[in-house]
Amino acid sequence: MADITTGTFGTGVSTVRWRAGLEKIAIPLGALVVSALLFSVFLLALGKNPLTFYALIWQGGFSSFFSIQNTLQRAAPLILTGLAFAVPATIGLTMIGAEGALVLGGFAAAAIAVPLVVAEAPVVLTMLIMVVFAMSAGAMLTMIAGWLRHARGVNETISSLLLTYIAVATMNFFVEGILRDPNSANKPSTVPIGDAYKVGAIPGTDVHWGLAAGLVLAVLLYFLMFRTTFGFAARVTGGNPRAALAQGLPVGKLILACAAISGACAGLAGYYEVAAIHGQANASLVAGYGFTGILVAFLARQNPLAIVPVAILFGALDASGGLIQRRMDLPDATIQVLQGLIFVVLLTSETLTGRIRFFQPGIGK
Amino acid sequence: MTAGMLTTILIAMLGGAIRVSTPFMFVALGETITEKSGRINLGLEGNLVLGAMVAYGVSYETGQPWLGVLCAGFSGVFLGLIHGLICSLPRVNDIAVGIAMMTFGIGVAFFFGKPYIQPSAPRLESLPLGNWSDNPALRSALEINPLFFVGIIMAAVIWWMLANTRPGVILRMVGDSEPSARAMGVNPIKVRVLATAAGGFMAGVGGAFLSLSYPGSWNEGLSSGQGLMAVALVIFARWNPLRCILAALLFGAAGAIGPALQSVGISQGYYFFNAAPYILTLFIMIASARSGASAAVAPGELSIVK
Repeated sequence: MADITTGTFGTGVSTVRWRAGLEKIAIPLGALVVSALLFSVFLLALGKNPLTFYALIWQGGFSSFFSIQNTLQRAAPLILTGLAFAVPATIGLTMIGAEGALVLGGFAAAAIAVPLVVAEAPVVLTMLIMVVFAMSAGAMLTMIAGWLRHARGVNETISSLLLTYIAVATMNFFVEGILRDPNSANKPSTVPIGDAYKVGAIPGTDVHWGLAAGLVLAVLLYFLMFRTTFGFAARVTGGNPRAALAQGLPVGKLILACAAISGACAGLAGYYEVAAIHGQANASLVAGYGFTGILVAFLARQNPLAIVPVAILFGALDASGGLIQRRMDLPDATIQVLQGLIFVVLLTSETLTGRIRFFQPGIGK
Repeated sequence: MTAGMLTTILIAMLGGAIRVSTPFMFVALGETITEKSGRINLGLEGNLVLGAMVAYGVSYETGQPWLGVLCAGFSGVFLGLIHGLICSLPRVNDIAVGIAMMTFGIGVAFFFGKPYIQPSAPRLESLPLGNWSDNPALRSALEINPLFFVGIIMAAVIWWMLANTRPGVILRMVGDSEPSARAMGVNPIKVRVLATAAGGFMAGVGGAFLSLSYPGSWNEGLSSGQGLMAVALVIFARWNPLRCILAALLFGAAGAIGPALQSVGISQGYYFFNAAPYILTLFIMIASARSGASAAVAPGELSIVK
C-alpha cells in the first residue's frame, strides 16, 4: 500500500511484469537443473560418470554442423507435436493424442500418394494433396476427442490416447492388408512414394522443410493465441469455462477449432516423416514424437514460441541417444528415463508458481 | 461358419476373456481405491509395465514367481507414492502428473528390463480346471491362473471394506467431501497418498500377470494401453469393485476376438480386431459420461467428473 501513496506504483507494476515474466522461464529452467542433478545421482549409483553423459549430449547434439543438423531434424516433428499439445491446452484440454494424429496423418499422406505417383501427377500438386490429407486426417482424429469432450463430457485425455491406439491399428490394418507393398517383406509398408515426390532439404543443409514449417507455425500460432480475439476467447475458456459460456463465447466451436489445429499440426509432422524421412508409411511412424511433444509443451508452458528452443533441446537428447548407448554402454531407454524424470520434476515445480517472493515484488509486503 | 467353428470361437473367447481380463481387473481395482479417495491416477500404465518387468526379473533371478508378484506390487507402491506425494502439493494437476508417471514408469522399466528380454523366467503355474472335459480347446481355455481368483477375492474384500469398515468409510468420505473429512479430524492428504499407493500396488500385481502368465514373457511391447483402458473401465464400473470384475471380463472378451477368430483360421481383419478393445472403451466412455447413474455415485472430489 505504501507504494501507491508514495507514487512508486508505476515502477512497481513494471517490475512485477518483468519479474513475473522471468518466473515463467526460471521455474522450468530450475526444474531442468534439478532433473539433471537427480539423473546424475542415478548415473553415479549405476557407476557411470554423469559428466561424460552430459558431454556426450553436447557432442551428439550441438558440437558439429552434422550433429546440429541431426538435432534440428529431430526437433522438427517435436515443434509440431509440441504445438499440437499446447494449443488445446490453452483452452483447457489435456489432449495426448498427437502420436495418433501424426501416425494417421503420415499414413493418409502415404496412402493418397500411391495412386498419384502411379498416375505421375505433377509433383507440387501431389505434395499439396498429401499435406491436405495428412492435416485433415490428423485434425479429424483430435476433433473426435474435442467433440466428445464438449458434447458428451467424455474425458479428452483418455479418449485421445484411445484414438491413438485406434489410429495405429488402422494403419496396421491397411499396411498389412490391401495397401501393403509386396516388396516390403520384413517390415510391412505402403508403396514408396519415390524420390521425385519426396520433400528435399533446406538449401545448404540436410534438414528437411518440416523444420521451417514448424517455425512458421510456431510464430503464426503464437499470434493466433496471444494477439487475436480468437486466442483471447480460447484463453478465457481455458481459464474458466463457465465464465466463457456466461459471456456467450462459442465454447464448442473454440474447442473444435483448437482440437483441429492440434491434429493438423501433428498430421503435418506425420507428412514430413513420410515425405522427408521414410518415403512410405510403416511402423517407424510410431516413434514417440507425439508423446515427447507433450513434455516439450509443458516445459514451454504452452507458449508456441518457447516450444521451438525446448524442442531443439529434446531433439538434441534424441540425437545423442545412440552415442550415449555406444560410448557409455547404457540402454536406449536412458533418454526415456531422463525425459520421465524431467517431466515429473517439472510438474512438481509448478507448485512454486506464484510462491517465490522474488517474482512477486510488491505482494505480501 | 459351422456350429463347431462357432463353439471353438466362443470357447477361445471365454478362455481369452479370463486370461486377458486379469490385468484389467487388478488395475481397475487399484484405480477404484485411488479414485474413491478423490484422486485420479492416469499413470497406472507405468505401474503395469514396471510391475511386469520387476516380476519377470525377480522370478528369473530367484526362481520364485510369487516373490516376483510381490515385488511387482511394491514397485507399484513406489510409483504410487511418488504420484500421491506430488499431487498433495498445491497447484499440481493430478492428470498431468499421471501422464508424467506413465512416461517415467515405462522409461525405468525399459531401462532395467533390457537384460531380461531374452532369458526365460519361471512363470506362475495355471490351475488345470478343465481336466474333466475331453475337448482340448475347453481344457486350454480353463487353464486359469490363480491370480484371476486372487483378483476376484480382492474385489470382494475391497467391496466389503468400502461398505462396512472404518477405513472404507474414511476413504469414501475423503473422496466425497474434503471439508467434511477435515471436520471429522481426518487428514485427507494422508488418506489420498495411502490410497494412491494401494492402487499402485494392485496395478503392479496386474503387470506381474502380464509377464508371468499371459502373454508370459517380458518385452517392450507387452502392454498397449491396458493401464489406461482400466481407468476408463472404472467409470463404467461406477467405482464398484464387483462391477469391475464384470467390466474387466467384457474388455477381456473384446481383446480376445482377434486371436479367437485366428484360432479357427480367420485371420482377415486381425489388425482391425486389435482395435476392438479401444473402440469398445471409447463407446463405453461415451455411454457412461453424463449418465445419471454414474454421476450419482461418482466421488465428489474427483476432478474428472467435476
